[in-house]
Amino acid sequence: MKNLFGLTMLAGLFAAGAAHAQISDGVVKIGVLNDMSSLYADIGGRGSVLAAEMAVEEFGGKVLDQPIQVISGDHQNKPDIGAGLARKWIDTERVDTIVDVPTSSVALAIQEVTREKKRVFLMSGPASSDLTGKACSPYGFQWTYDTYALAHGTGGAMVKQGGDTWFFITADYAFGHALERDTSDAVKAAGGKVLGSVKVPLNTQDFSSFLLQAQASKAKVIGLANAGGDTINSIKQAAEFGIVAGGQKLAGLLVFLTDVDSLGLKSAQGLTITSAWYWDKDDASRAFAKRFMARNPNGRPPTYTQAGVYTEVLFYLNAIKAAGTDAADRVSAKMRTMKINDFMTKDGWIREDGRIMRDMYLEEVKSPQDSKYPYDYFKVLATIPAEQAFRPLKDGGCPLVKN
Amino acid sequence: MLEALGISAPALFGQLLIGLINGSFYALLSLGLAVIFGMLNIINFTHGAQYMMGAFGAYLLLEHLHLGYWWALIIAPIVVGLTGVIIERLFLKQLYQLDHLYGLLLTFGIALIIQGLFRNYYGSSGLPYRAPAELQGVRNLGFMFLPNYRAWVIVVSLVVCLTTWFVIERTRLGSYLRAATENPSLVRAFGINVPRMITLTYGFGVGLAAFAGVMAAPIYNVSPLMGADLIIVVFAVVVIGGMGSIMGAIITGFGLGVVEGLTKYFKPEASDTVIFVIMVIVLLVRPAGLFGRRV
Amino acid sequence: MEHVVDPLIAVKRGARWSEAAAFAVMVAFFLVAPAMVYPVFLMKVLCFALFACAFNLLIGYAGLLSFGHALYFGWAAYVCAYAAKSWHLTPEIAILTGTALAAGLGLVAGALAIRRQGIYFAMITLALAQMMYFFAVEAPFTGGEDGIQAVPRGYLFGVFDLGQQATMYIFVLAVFLAGFLVIYRIIHSPFGEVLKAIRENEPRAISLGYKTDRYKLVAFVLSTTLAGVAGATKALVFQLASLTDVHWSMSGEVVLMTLVGGLGTVFGPVVGAFIIVAMENYLAEFGQWVTVIQGVVFVTCVLLFRRGVVGELANALKIPL
Repeated sequence: MKNLFGLTMLAGLFAAGAAHAQISDGVVKIGVLNDMSSLYADIGGRGSVLAAEMAVEEFGGKVLDQPIQVISGDHQNKPDIGAGLARKWIDTERVDTIVDVPTSSVALAIQEVTREKKRVFLMSGPASSDLTGKACSPYGFQWTYDTYALAHGTGGAMVKQGGDTWFFITADYAFGHALERDTSDAVKAAGGKVLGSVKVPLNTQDFSSFLLQAQASKAKVIGLANAGGDTINSIKQAAEFGIVAGGQKLAGLLVFLTDVDSLGLKSAQGLTITSAWYWDKDDASRAFAKRFMARNPNGRPPTYTQAGVYTEVLFYLNAIKAAGTDAADRVSAKMRTMKINDFMTKDGWIREDGRIMRDMYLEEVKSPQDSKYPYDYFKVLATIPAEQAFRPLKDGGCPLVKN
Repeated sequence: MLEALGISAPALFGQLLIGLINGSFYALLSLGLAVIFGMLNIINFTHGAQYMMGAFGAYLLLEHLHLGYWWALIIAPIVVGLTGVIIERLFLKQLYQLDHLYGLLLTFGIALIIQGLFRNYYGSSGLPYRAPAELQGVRNLGFMFLPNYRAWVIVVSLVVCLTTWFVIERTRLGSYLRAATENPSLVRAFGINVPRMITLTYGFGVGLAAFAGVMAAPIYNVSPLMGADLIIVVFAVVVIGGMGSIMGAIITGFGLGVVEGLTKYFKPEASDTVIFVIMVIVLLVRPAGLFGRRV
Repeated sequence: MEHVVDPLIAVKRGARWSEAAAFAVMVAFFLVAPAMVYPVFLMKVLCFALFACAFNLLIGYAGLLSFGHALYFGWAAYVCAYAAKSWHLTPEIAILTGTALAAGLGLVAGALAIRRQGIYFAMITLALAQMMYFFAVEAPFTGGEDGIQAVPRGYLFGVFDLGQQATMYIFVLAVFLAGFLVIYRIIHSPFGEVLKAIRENEPRAISLGYKTDRYKLVAFVLSTTLAGVAGATKALVFQLASLTDVHWSMSGEVVLMTLVGGLGTVFGPVVGAFIIVAMENYLAEFGQWVTVIQGVVFVTCVLLFRRGVVGELANALKIPL
C-alpha cells in the first residue's frame, strides 16, 4: 500500500501486532547498503552482499516460516543518496534492517532514519565512535571496530615505540575527524604531542602537497586518519617524496587486508594496525574464509567488515527467532540479552549504547620473506580485551546510558 | 636565510614544484581549449573527459597490450584525437549555425556519457599507473627532494606548449588557421579546405588534452572523474587569461599553477579557491582577461 | 538563446486559455498523485520543478545560460538547514533566511558575470559556483562531506507539524505553486517583454534605450532567489543539506531538466523535472547508468529535440504552453 492513509494504517497494525509473534509484511528483508564503486568498494562492496547471502543460506533461508531476502544498494559515500535509499527501502520495499554502511557520514544519516522509522541498523562498516556516543540509537549496533579502538590500539602502540610527535592527514568527514580526535586523545594521554593536521577531501588522488606539509612539520609520526583508496595513495606517494627515507614514520590508522593486497607487502611491511578479526586467526575463521573465497569474484579472503556482515546477520536472524517477531523494539531488546559466540567473536555482548564488545587485535604487516602463502599478511602482536579496547560506557555521552 | 623568515625551504620549494606541475596541466589544457575555441567558437566541455581518456589509454595500453609509457605518449593522443574527429564530424558540425551555447551543452552531454561509461566499468577510485623505469626515482637536491618524473612533466609541457605556439603564430599552417578563424568564407575562397582544417584543429586540441592525460597518469592515478573538476579550473584559467592569445593561455596556466602552489604553502585552506578568487578580481579590473583582445 | 521558441507562438498572447488549462491539469495532478505515488518522490519533483522554473526564467526568457545555478540552490539549503537546526527557527523563517542568502549571492554573482556575454557568462557562473563549492567543503557549519543532517522540519508558523507527511506535502505544493505563479507573472509582464526583447536582439534593445545590463541583473537575482526557495524547501523535505546540492552536477541537472522539458516554455521545466527525477528514481538500483543516460538525453535534445517535450507539444498544437 503506497498511499499516506495506507501507511498510517500499517503503522497502526504494527503497533497492534507487536503483541504477538508475527513477521511484518510476510518477509524479512535485509538491505545491504555500502560503497559499490568508489574507494571503499573493496573493503565491503559486493563482498558484503555475498556475506549476507551466505548468512541467510546458513540460517536456512526462512525465519518463523517467512522467507528472508537480501537486497543491496550503492550509497556512493553520499549521505543524501544513502538516506534517500534507506527511506525508500523502508517506506516502499518492506526492508527490516539495514546492514554494513561504511562511510561514517552516511552511517550517521542512516542512524537517524532507522531511529525515526524503528528499524534495526547493523553497522559493520562505519568507524566513527560517535555512533555509540552522542549519536547512539536503541536500534543501532556497531558490530566491528570504531575510531576509539583504532586510536588507542595503534596510537598507543606507536607512542610506546617512541613516536611522540604526530601530524595528521585527515579525511575531511565524520570518520576522519573522529579518528583524528580519538588518536590525538590517545597520543596526548600517552604523553605525546600533536604538532598539526591537514584536512583532505575524500577520494583525493594526489596527496603530494599534504604530505609535504606533514614533512615540514617534522613530526616523528604522520598519522593517516583515512581509509581505503586514500590510505593506499598516501602511503605510495609518501615513498615518492622521500618521507620515510627522511626518517618519519607513517601510521596507517585504518588498514584492511585489501589495502595491503593493493599496496603489496614490499610497501606495506612493518605497518602496525588494529583489527577486529583476521581470516587466518584459527581453524573456524579459515573455514569461513575458504567458503567465502570460493564465491568471491575477486578471489580475496573476507575483510573483517565483510565477516562482520555475515556474523551480524546470523545473530540478527537468531534474535528474531528468539523474540518471535521482527519488530525492531523487541528484536533490539532481545539482542542485548544474547551473548555472541561465533568464529569471529568469543563471549561478546552488546552494551547499552549499542557497542558490541569484542576483543581487538594488534597486528603487524609481514615482510615479503615472512609471508608463506597467498594473503598471509599479518602477524598478531597482541590481543586487546574488549573492556580495554573500547571507550568506557560513561564517557560516550550516549543519551541511552543511565548514569 | 629562509629559515630566519620562518619559511621551510623543502616545504616551500616542494609546493612550488607541485604548483609548476599543476600549472603544466593548466597550460596544456587551456591551450587546447583556446585553440578549439579560436577555430570553432565552441567551448569544449568534453576536454576534461578527453584528458581522462588519454590517461586511461595509457593504462589500457599497459594492461592489455603491455605497451609502456613511451608508446602511450604517442598512441593515446592519436587515438583520442581520432575520437575527437568523429565527435566533430557527427555532432558538432550540426551546431555551427546555432547559438554557441548549444555547443557547450552538447559537449557537456558527451562528457557525461564518457565519464559515466568509464565510471560504470572501472569504479570511481583511482587505478595505479607507474612512471616508466627511466623516470622513476628521486633526486635529493639538498633543499628538497625532487621526484624525477615530476621534473620531466614540467619540461615536456613547456616544450609542447612552446612548439604549439610556434606552429600557430609563426608558420604558414598556423597563419591559415588564424585567418580561417577571422574570416572563414574569405579563406575558403582562397581554396583552402576550411571544414577539414576545423576538424583537424578539433582533433589536435583533443589530442593535446589526451597527451596531458598520459602525463598525468603516474602522478594522479587514473580515475574516470579525474578531468571533471579540473576542467572547471581550466575554464577559470581561460577567463583570466583571455581567449585572445596562445601565449597568454600558456603564461596564465603556468602562472596560476605557481600561485596555487604558493597558496598551498602559506594558506592551504584557500588553495582550492584561489584561482577563482583571482578570476573574480580580473573580471572586476580587466573584464577581457589579462591577454584578451576580444570582449 | 535565440530562436528557441517559435516566435509565432510567443506572439499569440490571446491564447492564454491553454496555459490556464495546463495549470489546472498540473494542480489536479499534484493533488491526486500522492494517493498513487510515493509522496517523498513527488515532493522532490516539486522542489526541482521550482528550481528548473527559476532557471528557465533566465535561459528561456532572458537568454542567459547560468551553468552554476546549484550555487543558489545548495547554499540556500545549507543556510535553511542550519537555521532550522541550530537557530531553531520555524520552517517558514528558515526558508526565508535561505532565500535571502540566495538573493544576495545572486546579486554579487550577477554583477560579476553580466560583464561578459554568452559563453563567457556561462563559464563565469560555473567558476563562481565551483568556488563556492570548495568553500562549502571547507566551511565548518556546512559539515563538509557529512552535510547538515537531522534537520528538524519543525512547526509551520508554530502551529502545523511538518513532521506529518500530509501536512508537509501540502506545504511544499503551496510553495511550488506560489513560486510558479510569481514566475508566470514575471514572464507575462512588461518586464518580461523587455527580457524577451533582450534575448532576441540585445543591440536593438539597447538602441531602443533599455539599460539591458540592469534588466539582466534583475532577472538574474529573481532567478537565483526562486532557486533559493527551491533549495531551502528541499532541505526541509529531506532533512539534509549536503555537498551534492552545490556540486556542478546539480547545475548540469537543472539545465537538463529545462532542456528536456522545453526551454522558454512555461510548463516545460515542470515536465522536465518530473521526467528526470523519475528517471533517476527508476534507475537508482542501477546506480551508475544515470550519468550516462543523462548525457545521452542531453546530446539527443541538443541535436534533435531542441524544443523539449512541452515545446514540441506547443509547436504541434500551435498553442503557448
